[in-house]
Amino acid sequence: MPELIELSAGDLHRKLMAGDVTARQIVERYLDRIEQIDGRVGAFNTVTAEAALDKAADIDDRLDKGEAVGPLAGVPIALKDNLCTRGVPTTCSSRILEHFVPPYDATVVERLQRADAVLIGKTNLDEFAMGSTTEASAFATTANPWDLSRVPGGSSGGSAAAVAAGLAPLALGSDTGGSIRQPAAFCGVTGLKPTYGRVSRYGLIAYASSLDQIGTFSRDPRDAALLLEVIAGHDPRDSTSAQEPVPDYSAELEKDVAGVKVGLPREYLAEGIAPDVEAAVRAAADTCRGLGAEVIDISLPHTEYAVATYYIIGTAEASSNLARFDGIHYGRRAAGKMDVDELYSRSRSEGLGDEVKRRIMLGTFALSAGYYDAYYLKALKVRRLIKKDFDDALAGVDCILAPVAPTVAYKQGEMIDDPLALYLADIYTSATNLAGLPAIAFNAGTGEGGLPVGVQLMGRPFEESGLLRLAHAFREATDHHLARPNLTED
Amino acid sequence: MQYETVIGLETHAQFHTRSKMFCGCKTDFGAPPNTQTCPVCQGLPGTLPVVNRTAVELGLRAALALRCHIAPVTQFDRKNYFYPDLPKNYQVSQNYHNLGVDGRLEIEVDGQTRKVGIWNVHLEEDAGKLEHPEDTGANYTAIDLNRAGTPLLEIVSAPDMRSADEANAYMNELAAILRHLGISDCKMQEGSLRFEAGISVRAVGGEEFGNRVEVKNLNSMSAVVKAIEHERHRQVAVLESGGTVPSQTMLWDVQREVTEPMRSKEEAKDYRYFPEPDLVPIEISPEWLDQVREQMSELPAVRRKRFIAELDLPPYDAGVIVEQKPIADYFEQTVEQGVEPKTAANWMMGEVMRVLNERQCEIDDLPVSPPMLAELIGLVTDDRISNSVGKTVFSEMCSSGKKAGEIVEEKGLAQISDSGELEAVVKQVLADHPDAVADLESGKQQAKGFLIGQIMRATRGKANPKLAGELIDRLTGD
Ligand SMILES: [Zn+2]
Repeated sequence: MPELIELSAGDLHRKLMAGDVTARQIVERYLDRIEQIDGRVGAFNTVTAEAALDKAADIDDRLDKGEAVGPLAGVPIALKDNLCTRGVPTTCSSRILEHFVPPYDATVVERLQRADAVLIGKTNLDEFAMGSTTEASAFATTANPWDLSRVPGGSSGGSAAAVAAGLAPLALGSDTGGSIRQPAAFCGVTGLKPTYGRVSRYGLIAYASSLDQIGTFSRDPRDAALLLEVIAGHDPRDSTSAQEPVPDYSAELEKDVAGVKVGLPREYLAEGIAPDVEAAVRAAADTCRGLGAEVIDISLPHTEYAVATYYIIGTAEASSNLARFDGIHYGRRAAGKMDVDELYSRSRSEGLGDEVKRRIMLGTFALSAGYYDAYYLKALKVRRLIKKDFDDALAGVDCILAPVAPTVAYKQGEMIDDPLALYLADIYTSATNLAGLPAIAFNAGTGEGGLPVGVQLMGRPFEESGLLRLAHAFREATDHHLARPNLTED
Repeated sequence: MQYETVIGLETHAQFHTRSKMFCGCKTDFGAPPNTQTCPVCQGLPGTLPVVNRTAVELGLRAALALRCHIAPVTQFDRKNYFYPDLPKNYQVSQNYHNLGVDGRLEIEVDGQTRKVGIWNVHLEEDAGKLEHPEDTGANYTAIDLNRAGTPLLEIVSAPDMRSADEANAYMNELAAILRHLGISDCKMQEGSLRFEAGISVRAVGGEEFGNRVEVKNLNSMSAVVKAIEHERHRQVAVLESGGTVPSQTMLWDVQREVTEPMRSKEEAKDYRYFPEPDLVPIEISPEWLDQVREQMSELPAVRRKRFIAELDLPPYDAGVIVEQKPIADYFEQTVEQGVEPKTAANWMMGEVMRVLNERQCEIDDLPVSPPMLAELIGLVTDDRISNSVGKTVFSEMCSSGKKAGEIVEEKGLAQISDSGELEAVVKQVLADHPDAVADLESGKQQAKGFLIGQIMRATRGKANPKLAGELIDRLTGD
């Protein structure tokens, strides 16, 4: 039944409810495809086949008895391996957590369970979500399904690749400086980073607490709306989660987009952007005009400071968040008998990768006595200016259309020795996290080497509905979404 | 040269809350290791803190009682350092936006009132505890996280104290306030009150402070007093011999009663404080502050003054009774029953505290209520029983929970105040001790005391001593 792989999450669920297919058939089909294809893609760290089949059996059983099931019943979902799952290894693709099995579920996982989604596995990432190629995983490199010699982006590369390769109709990731949107763009899928506070972070292993946000991967905006409805909302266990009501995103999706004002920031289309990406953004602007939207030239003057600000704040928080991985209480511990200081040092030296160490050192430096004011405090001030840029711009437009990454997906190994170049490529995504705004990335065409090119829409806080609506209208008006990577089953 | 000591104190008080600072775990003392923990206080990855509102309110009470300025917004910060009893390797504390700042506490030493400045009052979480069984031959260290995340109130004083006596008065007054306001039970032996002292010496009248020595590991008020004395002598000796006292952190060695320098590595710490991004700032509205104020009971200093002015208690008695709120409450309830205040105070400071001490229990654990004590005191003041029988009856009440009247009746302890009944006993005693009678008649008054003692013995303490004295006077024909 190859057609099951082609169906959206919403359609899979509707087919299940109509009795056209069983949850077991859906799950078996996806597990089979993972078996056939993931050896080449490497999207998953763990496949939870047995638990998935149990969950499917439970759903089928309840449907047989005429009992109620949740809104995602029967829909397989993959989770980035930095989301805690009770009884299932949660590694952050790090040696230090290689054998860590959380005793609790993240809030989003609880909500997915209640919605009867079927967890099929945990996906690869750059270690502790630090990176943008998934090459910084301690375990494996994930391939881009469109071109296996290329990276899927990162840090949520495994989740993006899983959806692109048809290994899961839905996946969750986390976005701290672009970690959902950039891999979504590289893999030609829809990636939604909600407003900071829209989705509970409880159970997301933190990289940078004030920037991290859990979000969705799907093939289209409609599925993103469906998934966001399930995971969004206040959580008493996360003080930074918002009390804002959760709209019916799916219903909001259908509303008209005529008259919507779309801002096009001139700083995002300046030096450094590849021609194929710029062309895709300009074509997307034309499509928006065609849909009745008004496209307006805008300015975000502090754009050039976003990357530096993001790396100071992000690494400062990370240096503290990652201090707990010390080999004492859980996780990998250096072998042998030694005093506690050496135990810390050896466990962390052995357990953490280069990129993680680099960021911990940067952040420790930024918070150190004598440097705190010059780096961390100053970064907080610039963060306020960047936020103000967006507030000012979004007073005049409803959303902002922008590129996601300066180029299409890199070749594997191409950027591995140039961390600074990789950092600078976060130019279009990191400001959104600093401002805490929602953004959605989606496929807007084909660029160099036949690879997908993504664009993003950024919006006002808690106005995910508007972004989903315009992205949905864009999809209806174009046929970029029809393209599929060429991955034949064995 | 004359030297003066300059002392500032940091006080850590464990809150009297049922749950921890950032999770719902219990804070009971003495539970088996790691039974009062959850993913949050174990510092498991992905977990997030949620502020315990009760702890914030108790902290506000302390800040108000210490006359602090309270900012409209308070915030938590992370204090970063690695230690195995700290599972996140950072402590959630306050550094940049403390709950209260610029307060003061009035203390009284030798009848003089002094103001000690309070730099700040802030909230933080406690660490766990390490056990080192290698002392008994084991080759590991055990970690108990029951205490990890317990809410702590830290009170930082200005270096305004000039003697160990003043520091002692400050600690006692602070503890009385914390107990009175239900903020902390201040049980030293359970570690719910701990201190760090900053100590320096300088020539009397000097402008500049001497180099400051920070003494840690002070787990009792007496340790603070001893450490101050020790440091004063040590630092003066250094100065007298022409040396300089280095600024450093020392540990108090409880056994040897000396300060020892900490390893310099532990001393040179950069905590890299920054705002805790997992918690949102807490707004303290004037309405909330008013609510907290309404819930606050009378402060010890105010209560002491009232006891002295309105109940005519001597200042010493007022001081002893007000030190612990339950004792003071019990005392007031006894007085409300019509007992003369000084008499009630004598009972509180005498028998009641003796029994509490003997039994190592709290006053609320006694089966004797204030009305029951008032009844007993009434029996004594009405001469129905003697003072010494009263003490015996009180012990009995504490054991059995019975009322004084019942015990007196059951055991036939009522005082013999009938002169006819007592006269026979007195006559017998006089007949048995002719020498004492002779002594008395020759003017030796101490013989009378001996004879009353013999009468008490013969009546098992039930004789009314006043009546017995009168009978002796009459029967010896004085
Ligand atoms: Zn807990």
